[in-house]
Amino acid sequence: MKRYETVIGLEVHVELSTDSKIFCDCSTRFGEKPNANTCPICMGMPGALPILNKKVVDYAISTGLALNCTIVKNCMFDRKNYFYPDLPKAYQISQLYFPIARQGRVTFNTRDGNKSIGIHELHIEEDAGKLLHDSDKKVTLVDYNRSGVPLIEIVSEPDMRSADEVVAYLDKLSSMLSYMGVSDCKMQEGSMRVDINISVRELGDTRLGSRTEIKNMNSFKAIRRAIEGESKRQIDILIDGGQILDETRRWDDDKNKSIRMRSKEEAQDYRYFPEQDIAPIEIPNEWIHKLHRLLPEFRDEKIIRFQKDYGISEYDARVLTSSKEIADLFEDTSKLYNLPREVSNLLMVEGMRILKDNYLDPEDLRLTPESLSKLIGMIDRGEINRTKAKAVFEEMCLKGVDPEDYMKRYGLEIINDDKKLRLVALKVLEDNPQSVSDYKKGKTKAFGNLVGQTMKAMNGKADPSLVNTILKELI
Amino acid sequence: MKEVTRMSALTLARKIKNRELSVEEVTEAQLQVIKEREPIYNSYITITENEAKEQAKAVQRQIDDGEFKNSPLAGVPVAIKDNICTKGVKTTCASKMLADFIPSYNATVTERLRDAGAILIGKVNLDEFAMGGTTKTSYFGPSKNPWNPDYTPGGSSGGSSAAVAAEEAFVSLGSDTGGSIRQPAAYCGLVGFKPTYGTVSRYGLIPLASSLDQIGPLGRNISDCVSVLEAISGYDPKDSTVVKQEKYAYSQALVDDVSNMRIGIPKLYLDEDLNEDIRSCFMGALKTFEDMGAKLEIFDINEIMYSLQAYYVISCAEASSNLSRYDGVRYGHRTADYDSLDELYKNSRGEGFGYEVKRRIMLGAYMISSGNYETYYNKARRIRSAISRAYEKAFDKYDVLLSPESLNTAPLLSSDSSQTHKKHKSEMLNCSVNLAGLPAVSIPCGKDRKGLPIGLQLIGNKFGEKNIIQAAYSFEQTKPYERPKVR
Repeated sequence: MKRYETVIGLEVHVELSTDSKIFCDCSTRFGEKPNANTCPICMGMPGALPILNKKVVDYAISTGLALNCTIVKNCMFDRKNYFYPDLPKAYQISQLYFPIARQGRVTFNTRDGNKSIGIHELHIEEDAGKLLHDSDKKVTLVDYNRSGVPLIEIVSEPDMRSADEVVAYLDKLSSMLSYMGVSDCKMQEGSMRVDINISVRELGDTRLGSRTEIKNMNSFKAIRRAIEGESKRQIDILIDGGQILDETRRWDDDKNKSIRMRSKEEAQDYRYFPEQDIAPIEIPNEWIHKLHRLLPEFRDEKIIRFQKDYGISEYDARVLTSSKEIADLFEDTSKLYNLPREVSNLLMVEGMRILKDNYLDPEDLRLTPESLSKLIGMIDRGEINRTKAKAVFEEMCLKGVDPEDYMKRYGLEIINDDKKLRLVALKVLEDNPQSVSDYKKGKTKAFGNLVGQTMKAMNGKADPSLVNTILKELI
Repeated sequence: MKEVTRMSALTLARKIKNRELSVEEVTEAQLQVIKEREPIYNSYITITENEAKEQAKAVQRQIDDGEFKNSPLAGVPVAIKDNICTKGVKTTCASKMLADFIPSYNATVTERLRDAGAILIGKVNLDEFAMGGTTKTSYFGPSKNPWNPDYTPGGSSGGSSAAVAAEEAFVSLGSDTGGSIRQPAAYCGLVGFKPTYGTVSRYGLIPLASSLDQIGPLGRNISDCVSVLEAISGYDPKDSTVVKQEKYAYSQALVDDVSNMRIGIPKLYLDEDLNEDIRSCFMGALKTFEDMGAKLEIFDINEIMYSLQAYYVISCAEASSNLSRYDGVRYGHRTADYDSLDELYKNSRGEGFGYEVKRRIMLGAYMISSGNYETYYNKARRIRSAISRAYEKAFDKYDVLLSPESLNTAPLLSSDSSQTHKKHKSEMLNCSVNLAGLPAVSIPCGKDRKGLPIGLQLIGNKFGEKNIIQAAYSFEQTKPYERPKVR
C-alpha cells in the first residue's frame, strides 16, 4: 500500500493591538455599539484619504524581526479590488508587490526534536467591517467598527506535515506576538484567523500536490479536525485514482467535513495595483535596529533561563511562561523577595486556578510584584499560614488588595502570643483526656487531633509549629 | 454695483479692507450677477446663497474686529469645483450617482479658503467625475463659454472657468488631472494654475486619478491666482502625498523681470499641426519673451510623444478603483430595482454613472486585470518614469518651458467631441505635465479669428512655481486682462 504525507502551509491573519485604526484616528476597541468607531476615512467616504498609523509599521517590523525576516526597506501598499458591502472603498489596502518583510524562519521544539518553518512573507493590511443578517426583517446591516483595524498576514512556506506541527507553530506564533504586545491573538474574538493550504503526496515525492485552501479557521480544535479531515479526503480521492482540484473550501466543524466554496477558475481577479494615496514607506536601518533592541526575551529562552536562574523545574518554567504577564510577575516578584519556589507555587497552582475559575486572562490579574512580594515575605516569616495566604492571594488577584492591610482588617494574622496559646492549649487538653492518654500510650495520631482542636479554637490563626511545641511541653 | 464684480480679487479685497466696500454688499452684488447670468452660462450646480450671506456677515464682523490683516482674500467671493467637498453643501461631481450627496466634512482647501476669509458663493460645474474637456458629460447640463455661449468653456473645470470669465466669481478652484484647469482657463481667456503634485492637499477632493490629481486656482490674472495658491498650499496631516516643505511665499515671485531667464521650447509642439491663429499667437509670445530679455532655445523632448497613452492607462486604472466605492450601499444613488446584492451593485452603478465614466471604468479595470497588468499598467509606469527623467534633464538647462496650451481654441458645444485625433494630440501637451508631477500655468496670449481666447502654457520644474509665476507676471504686464462681452 502507498503511504502519503500531508503538506501544509498557513496564512495567519493577526489583528494588531494598536489603540487606533490603521488609516484614521478611530478607536479599535472591541464590542462597541455598531458604527460607533467610524469616520469618513474608514467609511470610505468620497475624497477621504488614508494616513498610515506608524505604530502599525513598528509592530510589523518587530514581528518580521522576531520571525527572522528580511525587512523590505522600501515597502509599499497596493489595492486589492473587490465588491462586498463590508468593504467600504470596494478595495482593501494591502501589500502584494513589496510586503514589509520576507524570507524568515521560526523554530520550535516538538516531541521529535526541533522543527523549523520558513516564513514566505509578512504584510500589512486593513480589516473589513462585519455584516449582520436579520432573517426576521430580511435585511442585512453593516457594522464598520472593524473596518480599518490593522492586520498583519503571516504567510508560511508549506513546511508543516501534521496537525500537531500546525498547532505547535500557531502556539509559537501567538506566544511571540503576545510577548511583543503586538496582538492578543484571541482566536475566539477573531483577532487571529487562519487559512490552511493543504495538499497530500506520496511519501518520498518532492513535488507538491494540488492544494486546497480552507478559509477562516478560528479555533485550534477545529484546525486540528480540519487538517485531519481534509487530508483524509484528499488521500481517499488519490487512492480511488481521482484528482485533487485546486479550490477554496470551508470547514464545517459540525458535520466534520470540508465544503467546496469556489474553484480556481471561479477565483476573483483582484486587479491589484499600487496604492497611490500613501507614499512608499522608507525604513532606515536605525528604525530597524531600534526595534531589534526592543524585542523581548521570548518564551523558549525564558524557559531555559528560569530553570537556571531560579532553580525551578522545566515544567514549572513552562507553565509560568505561558504568558508574558505571569512570567514577568514571577520574575519581578522573585527579584523583590528571593523565594522563587514559593512565588512559582502560588502563581502556578492558585494563579492558574483563579484565571480558569473566573474566565480571566493573565493581563486581567490585579496583582503587582510589590504586593505579591509582601505576601511571600509574610508567608516566609510565618505571619500568615498557607491556607489564609491563598485566600489573601485570591483577593489580591481579583481586587488588587494590599496583603498587609487586608490581613489586618480581617484579622488573619498568625497569633504568636505564647500566653494566650498556652491558655487555649490547656483548655483543649482538659476537654480531650482520651486523646491525651492515647498519645501518652504512643498513638501519634492522637496528637494530631489535639493540634487540630487547638488550631480550630484559634480560628486557624495560630502558628502550627508553636502549637506543637506548647502542646508537647504541657503534656 | 455690478462693476464691483469686474474687479480683480486683490483689488476687491483692498477696497473691503479700506472700508470702501462691505463684504455683505459685495456678496449681494455677486449673487445678483449670478442670478442674471446663470440662465445663459450654467456655471453653477449649487449656489450657496444663504450660507454666503451668513458667511459675509461673519467675515465683515471679523474684519471690523481687526482680523484677516494678512489675508488678501478676506471677503472675496469664490467658486469651488463640485468635486471638492464642502461640509453641509451638496458635492455632486456632476453625476447622478452623487446628485444628492452632502459631505459631513470639508476638503482641506475648502477649510483653508474659509480660514482666509473667502466667501464660498457656490459649487461649479464639471464633466462627470472630471472626465472630459467640455462639461458636456455633466448630469446637470453643459456650461457655456462667456466669450460665446455656443462654445464650450472647456473642462473638466468648465464651471470654474465660465464662472470667473462671466464675473460670477472672482476666482475659483479647479482640479487638474490631465489639463483640467489649464485647458478651460485657456478657452475662457483666464489664468489657470496647476501646482506641483504634492503642493496642495487632496483631502476632500473626490479623486479621478490619485497620482495625477492636483487642485489649483483659476483667476483673471496671475496675482489673484497666486493669492489663492498661497492660501491653499502646504503640508496637511490629512494627505500623506503632500510634501513637507517650508511654506513658499509665491507672491514674492510677482516680479516683472525675465532677463536672462532660460526658456526652452519643445520642438515637438512647433511641429504639430497648430492652427494658424494659435501658431502666430504663440510666436508672438515667444517674441515678447525674447524682447524682455529671456534666452529662448528650441529643444527635443520626444519622450512626451507617448504621454497620452500612458496617461490614459494610468488615469483610467486609478479611476476604475477610485470609483468602485459608489456601490449604492452607504450613500449615493441606489437603484429601486434589485433582488440580490449583485443586482444592487449592477443597477445602481449602471443607472448612476454616465457613458464616459463607464467607458473609463471598464478600460481601467481591463488594464489592471491579471495578465494585462504588465502589458499595460506597468508599461505605462515605465513611460511615465521616462517622461519624468526627460523633463528633469530639460530643467537642467531651462528655468521655464513654453508651449501652446492647446492645439485649438474652444470647440462648439454642438461639435462631436468624441475622440477626435486632434483633441488627443492637444491633451498630450497637458497630461505629460501631470505624469511628471510638474507645475504649469496657462495664461491668455491672444484670440483667434473667431474671437475666442488662446492660451500659453508655462511649465516649471518640480516645486519651481516661482519661475513660472515670474514669467507669467512679466508676460501679463504686456497683455492686460481682456474680458468677454458678457450679455
